[in-house]
Amino acid sequence: MNQVMLEVNDLTTKYITRYNEDIYAVDHVSLKVEEGKTLGIAGESGCGKSTLALSLMGYYFAPLYYTSGEIIIDGRNISGLDPDLVRKSILGTEISYIPQAAMNALNPTRKIINFIEDVYRAHDVYKSKKEVYDLACECLNILGLPVEVLQKYPVELSGGMKQRTVIAVSVILYPKILIADEPSSALDVTSQKMVIKMLKDLMKDGFIKSMIFITHELPLLYNVTDDIMVMYAGQIVEKASAKEAVFDPLHPYSKGLMGSIIVPESGLRDVKLVAIPGVPPNLKNPPPGCRFAPRCKYAVAECSLSVNLRNLEGGRAYRCIFSESELREYYMKEAEQNARK
Amino acid sequence: MKNTLKQVFHSGKFVVGFVIFSLIVLTVIIFPLIIKTDPLGIISQGSTQGSFLPPGIYVNVYDSIGVAPYTLMLDDAATKRIASKLSPDDRIAIKEWLVKAGIPENQIDTTDTKSLLDLWERNYDPKKQIPGMTFAKTRFYQRLNTSVQGVLSTEGVILATKNAQTGALEQTGTVKQTDYVNASEVPNVRLLLLGTDNFGRDVTAELVSATGTSLLIGIVAGLIATTIGLVLGLAAGYIGGVVDDVVMFFTNLLTVIPTIVILILISYSIGQEKRGPVVIAVVIGFTAWVWTARAVRAQVFSLRNRDHVSLSKLSGHPVWLIIFTDILPYIASYVIMALILQISTAILYEASLSILGLGPKTTVTATLGLMMNWAFFYMAPSLGKWWAYMPVIVVIALVSFSLNLMNTGLDQVYNPALRE
Amino acid sequence: MLENKEIILSAKGLTKVFGFGSTKTLAVDHVDLELYKGEVVSIVGESGSGKTTLSKMILGLISITEGELYFQGKLRDIRTNKKRQEYWKNIQAIFQDPFSSYNIFHKIDAVLLDCIRMRGGGKLPKEKKVELMEEACKFVNLKFAELTNKYPFELSGGQMQRIMIARIFLLKPKILLADEPTSMIDACSRATILDMLMQLRNDIGMTIIFITHDIGLAYFVSDKVFIMERGKFVESGSADAVILTPREPYTKRLISDVPKIYEEWDLSTV
Repeated sequence: MNQVMLEVNDLTTKYITRYNEDIYAVDHVSLKVEEGKTLGIAGESGCGKSTLALSLMGYYFAPLYYTSGEIIIDGRNISGLDPDLVRKSILGTEISYIPQAAMNALNPTRKIINFIEDVYRAHDVYKSKKEVYDLACECLNILGLPVEVLQKYPVELSGGMKQRTVIAVSVILYPKILIADEPSSALDVTSQKMVIKMLKDLMKDGFIKSMIFITHELPLLYNVTDDIMVMYAGQIVEKASAKEAVFDPLHPYSKGLMGSIIVPESGLRDVKLVAIPGVPPNLKNPPPGCRFAPRCKYAVAECSLSVNLRNLEGGRAYRCIFSESELREYYMKEAEQNARK
Repeated sequence: MKNTLKQVFHSGKFVVGFVIFSLIVLTVIIFPLIIKTDPLGIISQGSTQGSFLPPGIYVNVYDSIGVAPYTLMLDDAATKRIASKLSPDDRIAIKEWLVKAGIPENQIDTTDTKSLLDLWERNYDPKKQIPGMTFAKTRFYQRLNTSVQGVLSTEGVILATKNAQTGALEQTGTVKQTDYVNASEVPNVRLLLLGTDNFGRDVTAELVSATGTSLLIGIVAGLIATTIGLVLGLAAGYIGGVVDDVVMFFTNLLTVIPTIVILILISYSIGQEKRGPVVIAVVIGFTAWVWTARAVRAQVFSLRNRDHVSLSKLSGHPVWLIIFTDILPYIASYVIMALILQISTAILYEASLSILGLGPKTTVTATLGLMMNWAFFYMAPSLGKWWAYMPVIVVIALVSFSLNLMNTGLDQVYNPALRE
Repeated sequence: MLENKEIILSAKGLTKVFGFGSTKTLAVDHVDLELYKGEVVSIVGESGSGKTTLSKMILGLISITEGELYFQGKLRDIRTNKKRQEYWKNIQAIFQDPFSSYNIFHKIDAVLLDCIRMRGGGKLPKEKKVELMEEACKFVNLKFAELTNKYPFELSGGQMQRIMIARIFLLKPKILLADEPTSMIDACSRATILDMLMQLRNDIGMTIIFITHDIGLAYFVSDKVFIMERGKFVESGSADAVILTPREPYTKRLISDVPKIYEEWDLSTV
């Protein structure tokens, strides 16, 4: 159960703007996802999590370019491979990606079954129409979707149904790892729940071996993932198990992020919401050293020198110059101050 | 504003279109200042089929005689002279006659002019009956014979004038075959770049004037159509309700009936007398606003529910202020694009009307469409007089093309998704 | 915290019908509500529930098909332009998308100057106007000197939403209608926005109506909650009562569909 499905080492990718500036949206990111586990990536808009998702597939569209680093899927290094090779043999079969608002990717003039036929054909898998139909039915049945969907056009389906259909199609070739980028953000609460349940079932039903889940909604991450990675300005600032990340965050940014969670649960009406002043830095000229320092209330002069990821036992890590005990002391003092108010 | 202008000229397509259009406009403005010809002045008298002088440099022969000649010894002068008198078809005709007259074919060499003409001179007999020769052909050979006389001679021509009192011819001078005059010394030389049309008017001058008139009609009609469309579209879109229903009623009415039909009917009923270029422009303008109104209305519909409009209302802004500051600027780019398209369409409409004979009065103005009308009516294409209609077609195409290019270029500016 | 038991806004049988004949849609279906001065209430509903239509009716931007709306005890009359202007001195709004709330062709100074004009300060000398604008910006933690002469696209989403709040600070209406004010703002800035709105409520006794689909936000920020489904209020009451002890099945489903972190989130009830 400990086989590593996805290993990313020091991945750096950049955008080249019209004015020929380099923006490193993903800056030396490393991560590992084991078989049977789900990794969550949290962060706010502009932190680079969607770019990371795109980069992990090995299929780059201008203006996004690969710079350096390795992406290893189940032992196979896919970084720097020919795009056609990537498209045919890796996308969909080894690693699959669901972009944000994926339901808009459905061609409104074709039926769902045609879409699925295209997927097979694009991967040089030649099956008869009947075979494809049977495979699709089987897949939908396992996932609890009605088979009638196959003969319908996208416009005849609701938003939630479309999203679930796209997710089903993205795993039809049994990829090893699935990357879902905000799979439920564009939906209403009930559809959201259905999508989340379906994603969790995918692993249980054996369609995928591991998953990366990206969202800015923290309660969702807590319920779906085993480990959480927090990104800020293109870098990873914290890695921890879901429980640790939400209830015992170390990095000041994570602490602020977790402190802004609002849930309709008892006792939470009188919680003081944390607000972090300022805005994320412009990635054209990121601040030297710790990128969060300009907004951090504990920042000192040394923070603008380079700051590396600190590794703790149990796979935990965070990027700060302060030690674990120093940070905990700060947080305790702060909690006391708040209690006194 | 400055930023927008910078972006606009950044678009390659717009710049190309703009340059072409500006060149056309500049030519229209500057040409009449330099070359002062009456565009409608008739300069050549024609036969019943129209004069249609081909393009070329026309040198006044009478004046060229009076100018002191220069002697030039050019090697190929003689060959050229003979070639112009004896075309290849003529040589074949001579050969045919000689063969029919009994000369063996191998003795006849059409390329050797001297021997050919020798044979002809010795054997040609106008009274000889050749079997199978029509009367017309006989006449042809008689004419050929006359024109061929003296082709090989190297003598010049004698000039003579009639003595006013005696009536006898008195020699005044000679013209040698080696005499050349410098065309710039001849007082009357006329460059007809595009020849003349059927009436005998200088096509070049006429074309420039016609382009100016057509552009004027296009711009006036375009402005009228866009203004009407804008006002009606704004009213229908923003006020809605009854106003919308009324405007839509008229729009639908005019959509169902093809514009060209309406134009024809109105133009015809106005009558030949009242049709001037401005009248035609107004007529076109008042019938072409439909599409603009529809498009503006649709845009306004989507704009009026926006948050900034709601906030304006909550801030107590009156309706006219909201339309001017919150709606109009947002559709301005679209309206400019519509204006450019309307100008282009109006010019084409005017051309269509004029080709049908329902355009402005023909003897007072020249328009591109009218020139086409005359050319086709006097059968220029079948007569091979390409200069009467080809240049007009090219100009119409260039105007439309440059305007549409500008339009596409602007499209790129206002819709970032289309930028390369 | 109720300042006093004065009812500032009440509605009886508010209804809105769109279209005619076969395309008739009932967007708002006989809604009753009562608002006390200084209260913070939330109207919670999913998309299509009619909450935006209801909010526009309360604001006076859409006509009321049926029913009555009372403002400060008197029937609301906005038939003439003048009466409408009077009404809008007392009720204002903040919208969801900070970007689309601005006219992109005007500098943001125009927005604030407009508010000064609405409050009757159109004839004030320039320095006094600038002073007022500086004060408003200070309230929302922005520096007027850094914002003046800027166009909306030069600012961030959070800054633009805060200027909207500065606008409310200048206008000081009695009722504020906030339509999803934080849904397009980063989580870190959300607290700031909510804090500022609460501050306004505390300073001038402003009544706030939140329109939202986020039941967590409704619970956190409001005294009273109204749950709206398909144009009707299906449940209403204090925030604790509605959210911790819901009675209606729709409310129960709505709450169970939201991911929780302290309690178990039951996914089997899909």
